[in-house]
Amino acid sequence: MVVLARRVGVSPAQLVLLVACLALAAYAAFFLLGDPALLRMLIWFAGAAVVHDLVLFPLYAAGDRALVAVLPGPRVNYLRVPALGAGLMLLMFWPGIVRQGEVTHLAATGLDQAPYLGRWLAASAVLFGASAVVFGVRVGLRRLRV
Amino acid sequence: MKFRSPLRGPWLTSVLGVVLLAALPLVIVTGLLDYVAYGPGQSIPGDVGLLHLPAFDWPTRPSWLFRLTQGLHVGLGLVLVPVVLAKLWSVIPRLFVWPPAKSIGHALERATLLMLVGGILFEIVTGLMNIQYDYAFGFSFYTAHYIGAWVFLAGFVTHAVLKLPVARRALRTRSLRAELRVPTSAPKPVDDELVATDPAPPTMSRRGALALVGGGALFVATITAGQTLGGPLRDLAVLLPRGRDDFPINRTAAAAAIEPAATGAAWRLALGARAFTRADLLQLPQHTARLPIACVEGWSTVQDWTGVRLRDLAALAGVPTPASAFVESLDAGPFGRATLSAGQVLDPDALLALRVNGADLSPDHGYPARVVVPALPGVHCTKWVRSITFREA
Repeated sequence: MVVLARRVGVSPAQLVLLVACLALAAYAAFFLLGDPALLRMLIWFAGAAVVHDLVLFPLYAAGDRALVAVLPGPRVNYLRVPALGAGLMLLMFWPGIVRQGEVTHLAATGLDQAPYLGRWLAASAVLFGASAVVFGVRVGLRRLRV
Repeated sequence: MKFRSPLRGPWLTSVLGVVLLAALPLVIVTGLLDYVAYGPGQSIPGDVGLLHLPAFDWPTRPSWLFRLTQGLHVGLGLVLVPVVLAKLWSVIPRLFVWPPAKSIGHALERATLLMLVGGILFEIVTGLMNIQYDYAFGFSFYTAHYIGAWVFLAGFVTHAVLKLPVARRALRTRSLRAELRVPTSAPKPVDDELVATDPAPPTMSRRGALALVGGGALFVATITAGQTLGGPLRDLAVLLPRGRDDFPINRTAAAAAIEPAATGAAWRLALGARAFTRADLLQLPQHTARLPIACVEGWSTVQDWTGVRLRDLAALAGVPTPASAFVESLDAGPFGRATLSAGQVLDPDALLALRVNGADLSPDHGYPARVVVPALPGVHCTKWVRSITFREA
């Protein structure tokens, strides 16, 4: 009994919950069985987690380490914060910025995607600029105090 | 791989977790409401068994209902992206624990975590692509986003139930108020695999980290909320299709292959056996209503629509109290037809609009005539209408 409990590793209530959770997912997936695009959906579903964990995370973690190496201490945040903002915009609005889905975008909105890249660059420049201004003001205030 | 951030720990993870626990249910429920809003027989995907909210007649009042639910669904979903990313960052060391499963229960839990993490990322990615009209994934957005939501929901509820006691304990280890007052804070050496054993020198306080995540959410709100709130904020939605000189559309006349000849003098509105020219319709009593048009893709806009009340047309067709109305467009595409409920036909502001803001509809806005009904999803506000069939009760 003790061995069995250790093998299972969770309480009976937790086990019921976990099994119910998997059963609900299986029930939901059941409605996709005839769908010719089922495999694509599964690839995108698992792929989203894999790409986040094994591509996106290592990428931004390495970028952050490089920033900290260049600018150690809390000062790194003057680069880190705007870089995160620019990166977040690129990540979320990737389709428009790289002009993916141009045809459907034009058909739906009557607009082309040409302006997005420039707007992203401009918005990123605003973030870096604002950060630089804050940095300058803080350095200036510190000098005044000294 | 070595995780060295001094910020990671059960407290930060729990704070982010509680934020998501409070906010994500709103995104989930508004998404499921969208399925109801499409109306019986028109929801996509069609057969979902028990996986839907109890069906009810989508009301026409308040007129901003769909604008609110769908605006919240897309808007809050967008705003939570930085929070989700931060939460995933905070727990990433757990991904690499070895052995991957300590017991059968642990293996099952990790399977449900794939549903949780894969699910939220899948919903975010498909949602983000859909609102930008990018269909590179090559499957039905509706089907995948809806079924994916249920898989995520199962993982989300399970995770919340399993982790709530852990989070409660972790939140007691630090006071949020105290944490927000101290500018720098070192990691507490607690026994948790999230806490770095060999932390790097701190570059940011926990206060700073929370401000960064909150600031990220606020920043996303600033550059997206305008697409549904309108006003001066609309100009800030620079990375989303925010519309042209007048107000946004979701399908151009060119994309719908609407021939100018079909909408010119030869155009007729078929009401059963009767046919009306546009001039005939303009002779009928005109009604003006200030109504939002809200798109499933998250944008909305309020305009002054003028046209003939649908209930007047129903009376003209000899069906003054219809059970439903079937509207067909010149557009042969998938959304070129829609069924309206009795409530949607009989609402005093439900219109076959001929004009908007005092001018004739433009071709892209549905000239010669389009349906506008309070709180009706924009996709069912059929443009380029060619016939309406009022069905008897």
